[in-house]
Amino acid sequence: MYDVIVVGGGHAGCEAANISAKMGMKTLLLTINKNNIADMPCNPSIGGTAKGIIVREIDALGGLMGIVADLSHFQIKMLNNSKGPAVRSLRAQADKKIYPKKMLEFLEQNPNLEIKEGMVEDLVIEDSKVKGVILEDNSQIFGQTVILTTGTYLKANILIGSENTPNGPHGERRSNYLSERLKENGLNIIRLKTGTPPRIKKESIDFSKMHEENGDNTYWSFSHDINPVYEINNQQKCYLLYTNELTHKIIQNHLDESAMYGGYATGVGPRYCPSIEDKVVRFSDKERHQLFLEPESMYYDEWYLQGFSTSMPRYVQEEMVHSLKGLENAVITKYAYAIEYDAISPLQINPSLENKLIEGLFTAGQINGTSGYEEAAGQGLVAGINAVLKLKGKSPLILKRNEAYIGVLIDDLVTKGVTDPYRMLTSRAEFRLLLRHDNADLRLRETGYQVGSVSEEQYKRYVEKVANINKLFEEVKNKKLLIKEEVKEKFINNGYDVPKQSMTYEDLLKRPEITFNFLKNFENFDYTDDVLEQVEIELKYSGYIKKAYKEAEKLQKIEEKEIPDDIDYNKIKNLASEAKQKLNSVRPKTIAQASRISGVNPADITILAIYLKKEYSKNE
Amino acid sequence: MEDTICAISTAPGIGAISIIRVSGPKTLDIVSQIYRGKNLKEVESHTINYGFIYDDEEKIDEVLVSVMLAPKTYTMEDIIEINSHGGINTTNKILELLLEKGCRLAEPGEFTKKAFLNGRIDLIEAESVNDLINAKNDAARNLALNNMKGNLTNKIRSIREIVVGIMANIEVNIDYPEYEDIEIVTKDTLLPKLSKVKMEIEDILKDSRNGRLINEGINIAIVGKPNVGKSSILNSLLDEEKAIVTNIAGTTRDIVEGSMTLNGFLIKFIDTAGIRDTEDVVEKIGVEKSKKAIETADLVILVLNNNEDLTDYDKELLKMIPTEKRIIFINKSDLDKKIKIDFDYITGNTIDQDGLLSLKEAIINKLKLDNILNKDMTYMSNVRQIDLLKKSLSAIENAIQNLEAGMPVDIAEIDITNAWNLLGEITGDTYQDELITTLFSNFCLGK
Repeated sequence: MYDVIVVGGGHAGCEAANISAKMGMKTLLLTINKNNIADMPCNPSIGGTAKGIIVREIDALGGLMGIVADLSHFQIKMLNNSKGPAVRSLRAQADKKIYPKKMLEFLEQNPNLEIKEGMVEDLVIEDSKVKGVILEDNSQIFGQTVILTTGTYLKANILIGSENTPNGPHGERRSNYLSERLKENGLNIIRLKTGTPPRIKKESIDFSKMHEENGDNTYWSFSHDINPVYEINNQQKCYLLYTNELTHKIIQNHLDESAMYGGYATGVGPRYCPSIEDKVVRFSDKERHQLFLEPESMYYDEWYLQGFSTSMPRYVQEEMVHSLKGLENAVITKYAYAIEYDAISPLQINPSLENKLIEGLFTAGQINGTSGYEEAAGQGLVAGINAVLKLKGKSPLILKRNEAYIGVLIDDLVTKGVTDPYRMLTSRAEFRLLLRHDNADLRLRETGYQVGSVSEEQYKRYVEKVANINKLFEEVKNKKLLIKEEVKEKFINNGYDVPKQSMTYEDLLKRPEITFNFLKNFENFDYTDDVLEQVEIELKYSGYIKKAYKEAEKLQKIEEKEIPDDIDYNKIKNLASEAKQKLNSVRPKTIAQASRISGVNPADITILAIYLKKEYSKNE
Repeated sequence: MEDTICAISTAPGIGAISIIRVSGPKTLDIVSQIYRGKNLKEVESHTINYGFIYDDEEKIDEVLVSVMLAPKTYTMEDIIEINSHGGINTTNKILELLLEKGCRLAEPGEFTKKAFLNGRIDLIEAESVNDLINAKNDAARNLALNNMKGNLTNKIRSIREIVVGIMANIEVNIDYPEYEDIEIVTKDTLLPKLSKVKMEIEDILKDSRNGRLINEGINIAIVGKPNVGKSSILNSLLDEEKAIVTNIAGTTRDIVEGSMTLNGFLIKFIDTAGIRDTEDVVEKIGVEKSKKAIETADLVILVLNNNEDLTDYDKELLKMIPTEKRIIFINKSDLDKKIKIDFDYITGNTIDQDGLLSLKEAIINKLKLDNILNKDMTYMSNVRQIDLLKKSLSAIENAIQNLEAGMPVDIAEIDITNAWNLLGEITGDTYQDELITTLFSNFCLGK
């Protein structure tokens, strides 16, 4: 009998299993193939806009993705560095061979965690409570809670042109019955689709016709707990190339042969990550589309052709690839494919990621309708933590929208539902100035420590950092820069306005152009970079940060306006019928949550708020 | 159960009749206890009944009672309106009796609130109803009706669309940083777009002055040295136009000396050192008071004496009044001209029958009153809306300033988003919790 059984060894499953074991639970991780644990079946990178911040949050809460990415990448970049502190985000090109290997090492170090191979086809459910899982050989494994992180493996179909193979990625077998069983238990099953581009043999690529893309010249790391282990100069290059008129013509000519346009697919694909045929059709006025070539691993001679995902038949893919500059003689090592799979409607899960209909059953990752390694890992971590908290009789960890992207992600899922695979975007967060890359630990470490997902050692490091930040705040508040001749000169040389009189460092830092880097000309400021950065950002943007907190507080107020469980939306006069129907299906817990449901407009919320005031305040 | 509420729904103090309105489930019970006449519980809905109000055995008033039964009423509840013979004492007595028998005094706007809560009207209608009730003249009434039709909403929405376009461009840049096909948003690409938004908002705000003039009337101050004829001018203007009210305390902090209508607009003369008492005006107090009047007025009429050259006092006043709201009126045109002046002016007197015609024309021209009414009436007219529009303007201005100061795009976007939300609050596209409370507390008592 296990405390927690995790089904699926992808990014969600790894985080869920790891954290549950780390928090002391007897945990089983079931996977079809141990060699494919933490596999990266699509792009060879971790992070990206918003996603990189999720990785930081996972790390702050005690998860593994950040540290494993740090130990396995061969190139790293800070995206949007010039666009401001709120939108900076890391992306690393992770080695597809090393990443899974390092992940497995971490998992195997954990004495509470057992990893087994097996295909789950059913659940043991009694009185709407999950009791364990049933494998394809009908053997049963019992557990107090079950976390499903099945990725794309539920009734998966691989689509290449008109070919339709009932398999998961890598020709791995799919789960044939599990989604049916879930359906029998009242869950709404939706069909989604995603895709991946072709892989190209390295020796067959003429890189001289492409533009080099290098890593940053600054050291970065996702993890709050280790220093960078790579060499800036040893980073690997990626390459930029473009589609052309010929490519587009080939695509247009063969459009009806693609799985999507030929009507061979039924699932809904991600809007934010369209196939190349989608791009060509929808943006027919564009002369070219941008593509990237990225190495999959230092140990493989395969390159990933980012931006070229397609479901065309193989011979068309050959033509398409050969039309690209530098790939005239390219050898395709793996053809692009689309994959269709079953997912559950996230409207049927709680913000804790526990199912509303089946107690003790948690879900995370693509099964909940998301797309992306990071989105999956973030949910896996929360599902793992909450399974443990449930077993301990504690209230679940529910991150707020102003606390973490993971909070935004889960709130969006459970209140808005999904129509296409959900990808995190910075624009989904209303408080992104609060949800920064640089302050992930300040936002979440304490919370993680409270729930038990952050180790003593990790917590100690955080407490120290906070103390240093406070010390530096004091220092810049009290110390003044005297405007002597040599100081004036430095200002002038940098093209900055010379202060008229001596100023505190705090006031100086509030100017947009003044950095600690510059101020180090005059004062030692012996602190680590992350401490300096934190103080600089907090001071420079303090007006806006304060405003954001105020806004968040306002939201919190309506977040606290609870909607009684027994509310009958049909009784509310004046409520639009679409709103009634949406509210009935989501059954939001608060007014704020209700206001985020698509199809429920502000006027409906006003009416709802007034109704609540009128009907329920009298009984108080 | 819902409370039964009551309030005096006619303006206090004036008129031959006062109406006291009662609404709620116990309306018939309560009114029956103080009314003698037909049995109100047996009369048909929507009838007017003759009878008397009694306090025990003491007859209070002879009244007409309108009975309107739910649901076909304003609040969708039972409503009775008692038409009494007015007079503050009588009306208050009836109100007291109703309260004694179990009614609750209505809060400001509560009847309309009930109408809204019971599904009779929607929120935007509710707001326009408020404007309609408060409409002081025909132009204001048309404006409120026009706003109910949504012209203004369309204008704001189109600005909001521009703003959301800017936001979308920024967002795309942030979420897809490496795609060079997408226009890269920088300070240089953003500033012209933001300036355009700024101008559009400023245009509406400019027009909003007209909206306010229509709704609230035009404040005019008449200033000038003692004995120059201010009070005669005021009196003859008011006499001629048959002054509506005199010596009433205005809704604002200013004291209105008197009001009249001109070209369909309500003109309010605001107090400047008691224009009426021409004696004993200590000049110093006069200047102070004039200063304040000049600030609050939409238009200032500076009265000078044709028969006397400019005094220091005159020159002081000339300096104090901004040209764009100044009319120089040289009075006593019937006397010899001794004044020398370099500014545009008009002349007239209070002796001839048409002596002030020139002044009235000048007022109309200066405020472009003809134009206001001819133009498409989409003026922002209510204080809440103007306030929100001003806030969204300052948010856009912030964004512009920050970009110019070298702040990154993501910081500027906070202000841009803020402007977008504020504009949405005007049209009701953004949900605001406090909106309802604020809205309803602005309603006049009784409707």
